[in-house]
Formats: sequence, C-alpha cells, structure tokens
Amino acid sequence: MLTAILVMAGIAVALGAVLGFAALRYKVEGDPLVEKIDAILPQTQCGQCGFPGCRPYAEAIARGEADINQCPPGGEEGVKKLAELLGVEAKPLDETHGVTKPKSVAYIDEALCIGCTLCIQACPVDAILGAAKQMHTIIASECTGCELCVAPCPVNCISMVPLKEDLGSWKWKYPVFRLRQAT
Amino acid sequence: MMELQRFPGGIHPEEHKQESSSRPIHAAFVPKKLVVPMRQHIGQPSKPIVKVGDRVLKGQMIAEADGYVSVAMHAPSSGIVTEIGLAAVPHPSGLPDLCITLSTDGRDEWAARTPIDWRNTDPAALRGHVRELGIAGLGGAVFPSSIKLDPAGGPPIHTLILNGGECEPWITCDDRLMRERAEDILEGARIMQHLLGAEKLIAGIEDNKPEAIAAMRAAAERLGLAIEIAAMPTLYPGGGGKQITKTLTGLDTPSGGRTTDVGVQVFNMGTSYALARAILHGEPLISRIVTVTGHVLQPQNFEVLIGTPISELLLHAGERDGTTGVIMGGPMMGFDVPDMDVPVVKATNCVLAKSKELFPPKPRELPCIRCTQCVPVCPAELQPQQLYWFARARDLGRAQEYHLFDCIECGCCSYVCPSHIPLVDYYRFAKSEIWAREKEKRLSDIARERHEFRLFRQEREKKEKAERLAAKAQTKRAEAPAPGDAEQDAKKKLIREALARAQARKAAVTPKNTDNLPPEKQAEIAEIEARRAKIVEIAKQPVEPEQH
Amino acid sequence: MTASAHILKDSNSVTRVMLLVLACLLPGILTYAWHFGWGIVINLAWASILALALEAFALRLRGYPLKPFLSDGSAVVTAWLLALSLPPLAPWWLMLVGMVFAIGVAKHLYGGLGQNIFNPAMVGFAVLIISFPAQMTQWAAPLALAAQPLSFGDSLAYIFGGGLPPGVALDAVVSATPLDTVRTGLLQQHTLGEIHAASSIFGGIGGVGGEWVAAAYLAGGIALWAFRIVPWQVPVAFLAGIWLTAGFLHWADAGRYAAPWFQIATPSAMLGAFFIATDPVSGATTPRGRIIFGLGAGFLTVIIRVFGGYPDGVAFAILLMNLCVPLIDAYTQPPVFGATRKK
Repeated sequence: MLTAILVMAGIAVALGAVLGFAALRYKVEGDPLVEKIDAILPQTQCGQCGFPGCRPYAEAIARGEADINQCPPGGEEGVKKLAELLGVEAKPLDETHGVTKPKSVAYIDEALCIGCTLCIQACPVDAILGAAKQMHTIIASECTGCELCVAPCPVNCISMVPLKEDLGSWKWKYPVFRLRQAT
Repeated sequence: MMELQRFPGGIHPEEHKQESSSRPIHAAFVPKKLVVPMRQHIGQPSKPIVKVGDRVLKGQMIAEADGYVSVAMHAPSSGIVTEIGLAAVPHPSGLPDLCITLSTDGRDEWAARTPIDWRNTDPAALRGHVRELGIAGLGGAVFPSSIKLDPAGGPPIHTLILNGGECEPWITCDDRLMRERAEDILEGARIMQHLLGAEKLIAGIEDNKPEAIAAMRAAAERLGLAIEIAAMPTLYPGGGGKQITKTLTGLDTPSGGRTTDVGVQVFNMGTSYALARAILHGEPLISRIVTVTGHVLQPQNFEVLIGTPISELLLHAGERDGTTGVIMGGPMMGFDVPDMDVPVVKATNCVLAKSKELFPPKPRELPCIRCTQCVPVCPAELQPQQLYWFARARDLGRAQEYHLFDCIECGCCSYVCPSHIPLVDYYRFAKSEIWAREKEKRLSDIARERHEFRLFRQEREKKEKAERLAAKAQTKRAEAPAPGDAEQDAKKKLIREALARAQARKAAVTPKNTDNLPPEKQAEIAEIEARRAKIVEIAKQPVEPEQH
Repeated sequence: MTASAHILKDSNSVTRVMLLVLACLLPGILTYAWHFGWGIVINLAWASILALALEAFALRLRGYPLKPFLSDGSAVVTAWLLALSLPPLAPWWLMLVGMVFAIGVAKHLYGGLGQNIFNPAMVGFAVLIISFPAQMTQWAAPLALAAQPLSFGDSLAYIFGGGLPPGVALDAVVSATPLDTVRTGLLQQHTLGEIHAASSIFGGIGGVGGEWVAAAYLAGGIALWAFRIVPWQVPVAFLAGIWLTAGFLHWADAGRYAAPWFQIATPSAMLGAFFIATDPVSGATTPRGRIIFGLGAGFLTVIIRVFGGYPDGVAFAILLMNLCVPLIDAYTQPPVFGATRKK
C-alpha cells in the first residue's frame, strides 16, 4: 500500500517537473492571442464594434470583455474564424453593431468639397489626400470602407461606392454539383 | 538524333487535326469594327493613349504598356476610334472590360514601320522594343515576352525551346504557321537566342505534324541556323512548358518553380514568328493565326486581326445550323465564350464551334469513387482525387499542402474521370479563392500598418505640441510672471465666438466652388470629371495575381 | 458552366467500371456453380434483386434520383460479393439481413456511393457471421463428394423453404469448409496430418472444388487488372501478406499451421485479393499505401484464421484495414513532379 502511494507520488513529482521545465523552456514572449485575433479582424478600423480600432477590440476579446460577434465587416466568416481560434461556439452577428455590407470605398464629390480637412482627421488609415481649403480626394486603393469620413463632412460630399466585380477581382465559382433532386 | 524523355502522365484524346490542317492559312480580312481589349496579357492592362474621334493608322500604338509586366497595344487596321470603354471580352466570367473600339476605313493604311537592327542594339533597349511592339506569349498564357527574354535575376539560360507541341485536339494554327512561314519563326528564334544567350536551340514538334517538321528542317538548312528539330511523340499535354522541357532536355522543373529555374526558356512558335515580324519588319503584334474549326462548313486557319469579332470569323468559315456554342481555345483547356461578339485576342489560338454531335452534353456527375484513374494521367504527378476532396470541402490549406499550385489545369483528370466530375473547375475555384484571400490579407495588412502609423503620428504630434506649449509657457512666464485669470477668460470667450461664427457659416447653404464660372470653364470641368470617373473605374481594378 | 475539359473519354463511366468487375467475376461464378451446385446462382439472383430494391428504397428516402444511381451498378457488385462470401445454400432471410446491413447501413448511412468507409459487402458478412454463426458454417458440400446433388428446384426449395427432398439428410448436402475443418480439428488437438487424413474435403492444395474456384477468381482478377480497373499493388500485397504470414507460422510449426499455399488457394482469399480489398472507395489511394493496405489485410487474414474464433478472416481483415486507410493515405503521399529539386 505504502509503496503504491510512494510510486504514484513519485510519478506525479516527475511529471510535474517535466511540465514545469517545458513551460520555462518553451515560454512564448508577449501575448500571441491578441496578435492572432487581430490577424483575423479585417482591419477596417471602423469602430463599429465599440472600440477605437481593430486592435483594441482584439485586446478586449482576449481579455474576455467583448464578444466575438461585434464586427460587421468581418461578417459571419470572421465570427466563425474567431470562434475556431478561441474554441467557443460561433454565434450570429450582433446586429446592434451594424450589418455586413458589400465592400465599398469612399468617394468625394470634388465639386462640392470645401477643403475643411475634417474627413482627413477622421480617416483611420490616412487614405484621404488634401489640405485646408484644398480639394480632398480618396486614395481608393488604401480605403478600407469604414465610413468614418462620411458623417463629419459638413457638405455631405462623401458617398460610399460599392466595389463592383470586374475581371481583376472575379473568382471562379464553386462548381455546382447537384446529386439530389431539387425538392 | 537526340534522346527524348517521357514526361509523367498524359492522355491520347482524339486528335481532330485533319479537319483544319489541310487548308492553307486564309489571309487577313478587315472587319467593319475592331474591339481591342486593354487586358489581353498577364499583368497590368495597357493604358489608352488615344481619344474618341482620333484617326489611327494600322500598327499605330493606341495604348501604352503600364508598368513592367505589361505590353503596348496597337491599332490592327486604320480607322477612327469610336469608343473607349467597357465592352464584352473573351473571358469565362462574361464580365466586360476596358476596350478601344475602332471603326475601320477599309484602307488598311500602315503607319511608319521601322525595322530594328537587333544585332547592334543594346539588349535592354531591344527588350523595350519588344514591349512597345506588344509581343506577348501566343501559346495561351500571354505573358509579356520582354520579361521572359530577360536572362537577369535567374540561373543562366542554356537552352531555348521552340514549342511546336500543339498538343490540344482540333488546334492546328502552329502547324500551319510552321508549314508556311518556317523561316520567319527561325529568324525570331535567332533574336531570342541572342537576347537570352542560350547555347542550345531546340524545336520540339509532335510527330503528328510531319509536314511542319519537314518545313522547319528545310528552313533551318536554308538559314544555316544551328537548331535541333525533334519529333516528339504525340501525347497531351506534351506542349506544356514543363512537359516539353522534360521531353527535350530530361530536366525536371522544380515543384512550384518555372522552367527557367533549370535554365530552359520556352517560347511558342507563334510568339517567335510575331517577334520576327516586329523586330525585322517593324510590325507590331496586331494579328495572329487562329484555327476556326469544329461545326463549321470550312474548318481552316485564318490570319486574324486582333479585335475581330468571333461572329465575323465564324461567318468567314461558314456558320452552320445547330451550333450549340463556341469554345475559345482547345477542348481541353479552352472555355465557352459568353457572347459571340467578343473579339479575337492575343491568346485566341482556336475558335471551336460546338454541335450536339461533336460535343454531346456531359453525362450526369456521380460522386467520386476513389478509383484513382486520374492519378496516372496527371502530368504534375499530383493526387487529383485528393485535391478534389479538399477543394470541395473548401479546405484550401490542405489543398495547397498537396501542391494545388503545381496543377497546370490540363484537364487530363476530368477527361478520364468515370464519375464525370469537372475536377479542374474545382482546382480553379480553389486557386482563385486562395488568391482572393491572399489579396484580402495583403490589403488588411496595409490597413493595419497605416492605422498604426497614424496612431504613432498622432502621438508624436501631441508630444511635439505639448513640448511647444511648454516652451512657450516658459518664455511667457519669464515675460509676465503672473498671468491673470481674466486674461484667460477673455481668450476663451474669443474662441467661443469664433466657433459660433464658424458653425453659423457651416449651417448656411454651402455654395459649390464651381457655381460662378463661365460656361467654357464648366464644360472643361465636366470633361475632367468624366475622365476622372473613368480613371476611378480603372483604378479600382486591382492588379491580377501574377500567373505564368 | 463547365469551363474545362469539354471532351470526356467516351465509354468511361462508373457503370463501365462496375460492369467490368461483374464480368470478371463470371469465371469464378461458373466454376463455383460447376463444383457446388445451383445454390450460388439462386443466391446471386436473390441478392441482386434485394440490392436493387434496397438501393432504390434508400435513394428515395434520401431524395436522390434513382436512374443514375441504380444504373451505376455498384449495388449489384456489392450484392454479388456478399452472395459469393455466404454459404451457397444460405437461407433467404440470411441474405436479406446481410443486404440490409450492406446497402442500408454500410453504404447509405455513410452517404451512399463513394462515401462509405467500410466495404459494404464485408460489413454485411461480418454482421451475419457474428449473429448467425450456425447458418454461416453450413457450406454446400462439393458435388464430387455429395451423396446426392441437389437439383435447381431442390436448391430453390431449400433456400426459400428450408425443406430438403425426402430421403436426403442435411449432412449429405452441407459440410464445413476446409478452413473450418482445420480449425475445429486443431481445437480438438489433432495434428494437421491427422485432420487431412480424416476428411475427404481436401484437394490438391486447397479444398476439393474450392481450389478451382480460387483459380477462376485469380484468372478473373488478372483480367480486371489488365482492364486497369484494379491496381496490381493490392492483390499482390494481399496474397504476399497471406503467404508470408502463413509461411512463417508453417515454418515455425508445420504440425499446427497449414501451408501457405493452402491459405492462398481458398476462394475467400482470391475473392478478397482481387475483388474486395481492391474496392476503391474503402481502400487506400496511393501506390505505397496500397501495398501497406494489402500486406496488412493479408497478415490479419491469417492471424484471424489461425488464432481467431471465426471460420474465415478475410472480411474482418479488410474491415480493419479500411479503418486505417486515412492514416495510410496521409503518410504515403508520393512526390509530385519536380519535387526532388524543390526550390
């Protein structure tokens, strides 16, 4: 009886030592979880989640303070990926934070622009070019479509233009492979 | 005789070459309308340099190369530019693209043509000419030739292969070209060899084209060109770049690499011919040989101006009742054209009219039974059935792990599949999905970087401002040691008043800054606006992933 | 819209594959009937009817179209393989139960054609041998040894009614298989020599009649390989697995363990090697994987036959190897073109 207890205790101590050594030996620097979450988020920086940008939202998720379904640009697929990463159940998008829209870019009607620079200050990715009293324009390739510039414009000259599918962005479709009868 | 090697895989579909190979190439005709797409090659689309209403001459540049991976476009005949805008193009998507439309005047008047003394031209400048003359690979991939002719940045090219495989059924354009214009092809090869510095020059021609082999051998003798002309066994896809390299040199192109990695560069016969015409005669790439065959009265090869509508071409070959569609390219790798009015482009080697008898509707697809009949025919030695399962399950990571990108989309697997599964369609889906995701990832990385830089900049500005204020306060304190509260209040009041004034101004109707301009100025603005809208349209088209 | 491969190899279809399998089974079936009587023919027909009916029923329930899936021939192949694995005079309900498990459970519950991870016929066989061991060991005696061969009508009556013609004892028409005879004999502490001497069922190398059936299966299997329907790796490895395992045991103790040729010359081994282990759906797909699959199945067959409690081991061996297929496939990926000079 005593031997058995001693043997078990010995195994426990040995395994504990191995685990402790492994934890020290393979210690990961920093907080990779935040990085991993941030990598999944679409980097629109739109703030619809209620946080000032994608990274703060990622940090909030990592701390358990925010839910995974608050990112409309990421859509259902983004929620699914987050759920997979965090090992939790996927859930539908929280509509109080907005709905998923087709990807768009902002467009400034330059005939109306008065050069107030308010949109430049609002743009989270510095995708608007211009200076005080000068016409502004959007660098379309850098625009994330966050819509943050639309509201501040005093003359409502900014509109969101959805990106159309063209030859450059066209994708081969998933082949339709119908085995069942249409019911 | 050199020793030929056997590449893995391959199939023997019915050839159907006789139909069109017996008649000579029909000379070019000038249709009423020519539609020249700006995106005919891999890489950046060309940029239009003409305006609507301009009269252009045959061979005049109408669009310039935009960037390194691009070529110029030229007017295929003389006439008036009637439209620059979106038009139907030959693409499996059926989406329109930017095209320049010409209304021809029937005079077919050439612009000035200047032959280039290639032996005494700097190689870089010569490659520039190749680009300016619009030369891109005519075998199907349409990769800009100027880049392929640049030996820098890779292992030295020891062998230049002229690809006369033409392994797809029905297509005979290279066959006819070799029979009729072998000397020009070889002249082009000479220029290529000069640019690449390749010691060895080999032409590989499948042995189902004995007349072409004879013609090429005779021409080589006449020109005194040191070239080995090899008759390769007929086996699809023997004309694939990696396959012909294996057959002729025995070299295995590394997985994920290109033939240049083993020092071999491969050019299509048509490309070599086009290069010779361009350099030796100053004629840019404005026409090509197209096989028109299948369900037509007179299957034949045509010399066709780029931009000729396919419907017109079919008319010349004799359209027949019961045509169920048209394939651009061969039956293995070609695609159904969405619209009969799409133009012939640089990639169009064949226009294949379908009928119920020649191309019966596909039988119903059944589930994969894992019979692996697709494995021995795959020239890339992949496991097609496994790639299919991964693509079907949208498991893109696993598909890539199993070398999805080594797939050359030859269609051998789809051809032999007893369950009639369109396997290549699944691989194409998976590939374009992976590209799209990579692009998305790139864009989001850029956005993250820009956002982080912005935060950093704001932080820095705040700090600088604080420092400035501190410095100012210090000097002020030195001047007036005790600033009164009243002074601060007055300052705050002034700011408040200014804000209120600004708000009032904002509330008032904002006049357009262009409202009070003379009409000619307005018209000019409108024109600029229209141009800008077009540019926006073009700018939105992102760069296509580079494929080769 | 399909954008690739507008042409197909005409004549190649799932139906063609399945019909060729059936055609290559014919020599075996004819030899079987020649040596063991009408029972097998009746059972094959009965199994085919059951398979098609059950397949149609399952397709209806699952909402799949009947025509393309019934005409693919896969149900009939399953039916024939199961019928050839059962005793030729098996009662009608035995086949019914077996087919319900083969088609209903092993095939359609897993998703139908192409989706089953286990060979359906072998699942049916395994269920029967576990549930009805008595019926599964009553094999038809070779006609050469039978006191009174059953006519077609007698066989029909026996299979569907259970009655024998007057004056014929059960022992006169059924017997244990040679394998079973060896197993029971060994259990009773007899040596192989004694067992062979005591029974007239043993032929030249296998059992009377049975060895010829095995030879006919072998001929059909070689034809199947010549048609490129089955890869050579599986049957060769399977037979090699049997031969090596049995040979090692025989070498260790020739008195207890039967000779390797005896193990191979059984109809079940040949049927298993060429027609069951080669089932593409539930087998390995890579060349090296197929060799591992075949060797494993052959090894397990002998182990189960010699040390197990069942009269034959082919079915269990193949089912066990079916389990390992995903693992085998994952670890035996062949290199792709140009992989040796990977960048």
